[in-house]
Amino acid sequence: MTVADIVKALDLKVLSGAGGLNREVSGGYVSDLLSDVMGKADAGQVWVTLQTHKNVMAIASLKDLAAVILVSGYQPAENTAQQSEEENIPILGTDMSAFEVTGELYTLIRK
Amino acid sequence: MEHHEFNIEGGDFSRAGYASSQVKKILKQMGVDVGIIKRTVVAAYEGEVNVVAHAYSGAMYVDINRDEVQIELRDEGPGIEDIEQAMQEGYSTASSAVREMGFGAGMGLSNMKKNADELHIESEPGKGTKVVIRMLLNTTTGD
Amino acid sequence: MRVSEIVQILDARIICGEHRTDYTIDVAFASDLMSDVLTLKNDHVLLITGLANMQTIRTAEMSDINCIVFARNKKAGKEMIALAEENDIILIECRYSMFKTCGLLYQAGVQPIY
Repeated sequence: MTVADIVKALDLKVLSGAGGLNREVSGGYVSDLLSDVMGKADAGQVWVTLQTHKNVMAIASLKDLAAVILVSGYQPAENTAQQSEEENIPILGTDMSAFEVTGELYTLIRK
Repeated sequence: MEHHEFNIEGGDFSRAGYASSQVKKILKQMGVDVGIIKRTVVAAYEGEVNVVAHAYSGAMYVDINRDEVQIELRDEGPGIEDIEQAMQEGYSTASSAVREMGFGAGMGLSNMKKNADELHIESEPGKGTKVVIRMLLNTTTGD
Repeated sequence: MRVSEIVQILDARIICGEHRTDYTIDVAFASDLMSDVLTLKNDHVLLITGLANMQTIRTAEMSDINCIVFARNKKAGKEMIALAEENDIILIECRYSMFKTCGLLYQAGVQPIY
């Protein structure tokens, strides 16, 4: 499953980093604590969060995550979006809360 | 007319929320509407966390009468350079340590504004900040 | 959904409030940011979080949240349990990630907050 498949299935908005839509997805990780993601997320996971600042992309890049989903209508900070473009790691947006979009993502990945 | 004062220790996250918790107990005992209590203590708690997160020391002064609750948070700390900017959702000067404590995402002041019937902020950079939260007790508006 | 069902679905452990497993939650909310939790207006909210400190309990107290699931195998300390007890807050420890915790409860029919 690719990031593009998830975008389509969950009706997500591609906010930045469209160049990375063909990345393969291995699973999901839900956290708003950056040190936790740094320590525990695995490569290829889609990261669900409401954190919007630049450090999000630094971590996504270091951990080689597939994409970031910003929940509850949050928008990436300008420099966050810019780094997403540079790293080709998509930032996806949704109005769904973390619980809902995670529920949908879990269901989709476990199908 | 009731008056209460609580000290707030800067940097002591294990105690943050104690003052707001006391306010909640007092309002509950007075039989104040639960919706108003919730808005009051959420605003007070965000304010208390701000003092803990940013200031060296501070205090919460609570005045309650039949018609309103006034909560004043006064601190000695770095103050706020640009209050308008600080009010914007997402703007934050919190340390990464505070972010790892579950706060510091730039939502505190806007949460206070959404919940308070009136919110006044005065600050002197380098000296400290004074925040006044006013809640009306005989109305359900402001939400 | 009853707390007893939540515990069963998550293969989890109640560490505070074990006598109130018939408490019912209407909706679930997942977040590690307490300011985010403090925006909620719903009643009977289940909070799913990986943040286990005193502020998690304080936030639940201020928001009238009576049930918390700590995901990521996070443990509540003594002080947290005492404060939760004082405020009638049920604490559940779960070894699953937030991703799996949310996924399992969502699949079991727990409603999100819209």
